[in-house]
Amino acid sequence: MLGTVDRIIDSYGARQEALVQILLDIQHELRWLPRPVLERVAARLELPLNLIYNVTTFYKHFSLVPQGRHSISVCVGTACHVRGASRLLGRVSEALGIKPDETTADEKFTLKTVSCLGCCALGPVMVLDGEYMSNPNSTDIAELIEKCE
Amino acid sequence: MAEVNLVINGEQVRAQEGMSILEAAREADIFIPTLCHHAEIDAYGACRLCVVELRQGDRSRVVASCLYPVAEGLVVETESEKIKNYRRTILNLLLQRWDNIPRALLDRYGAAPNPRYVENMTFCILCGLCVRYCRDVKGANVLGFIGRGTIRQVVVFPDQAMKYCPTCGNGEMECLHYCPTGVITSDYQGTGPANGQPLPHAYPVCIRDETNILEILERVGHLEY
Ligand code: SF4
Ligand code: FES
Ligand code: FES
Repeated sequence: MLGTVDRIIDSYGARQEALVQILLDIQHELRWLPRPVLERVAARLELPLNLIYNVTTFYKHFSLVPQGRHSISVCVGTACHVRGASRLLGRVSEALGIKPDETTADEKFTLKTVSCLGCCALGPVMVLDGEYMSNPNSTDIAELIEKCE
Repeated sequence: MAEVNLVINGEQVRAQEGMSILEAAREADIFIPTLCHHAEIDAYGACRLCVVELRQGDRSRVVASCLYPVAEGLVVETESEKIKNYRRTILNLLLQRWDNIPRALLDRYGAAPNPRYVENMTFCILCGLCVRYCRDVKGANVLGFIGRGTIRQVVVFPDQAMKYCPTCGNGEMECLHYCPTGVITSDYQGTGPANGQPLPHAYPVCIRDETNILEILERVGHLEY
């Protein structure tokens, strides 16, 4: 794990200005930012740990908890809300056995809510690994989950 | 250093180039209230209480005097109606986090605690004086901010704390004297969390509302691993 981290840091010449980019790349490979990784980044860039935490907790994109291999987002934006987002979220939640912002025990799925994906006409919208779907029912959801590795 | 002349509240004031309006005013004994400013630490612009009006003809701008540098010919008003209004609003907002703002300050601008907000009291106004003192003056980086917006808060990093706090100020912990609200003084004792419950990586400083804090830590992921 730290090997990957070092490689990414080196690819940016361990430059302090590249902090966010480095963190993004690390998160892309590891899916989240474990504490030892943050410590390594701090040490290699010669930045204090409090600054690394400041940055990683500022941007919503960064995750300090493990993320599942697949991500499922349910839109709870206004249009989707009106069109039944909470029922959709309930179905997904039930199928996965987790609440929003949680990850399944096998680290397979992470469930998130988002606010408007810009395709309100399809609402309520669910996105599985970048694939959009309009108001899937319980059977659809079960099938989709089944298909994921 | 070059000298500049400006007018504050109709009074001629001389200042050195590079000073902020706040510094120039204080040197001339003109009152501007502040909560996040300290002479030893770089200005930060968090509390916004130091706002003043800059006049140019019939146009005016409101700026944070702790950050705005003096310039030749500036015309500054520190207690205009507009500024008093701004400060009242700012104080009313700050009161939602900290209800013990000095009475004199509240009265001066007509702000008053609102019982509706007591539930959300965190007592920390995020002025950052403790964080900045520890970072900029001590170079210790024991304290830091996490989160953003309404969940932003000050935390202490225990590894750093163990290293620096016991000897800081001969065991006095110097940051305690910088907090305008007294939060750290009352709640952050020794190098561990006041409630004695070890959290793995970052301890909240303001431990008055424990549930709130646990929730925040959970949300940013400090409790999990
Ligand atoms: S704990 Fe006190 S000094 Fe530190 S940011 Fe909060 S109000 Fe300011
Ligand atoms: S509100 Fe869901 S896509 Fe716009
Ligand atoms: S003193 Fe200027 S913003 Fe706080």
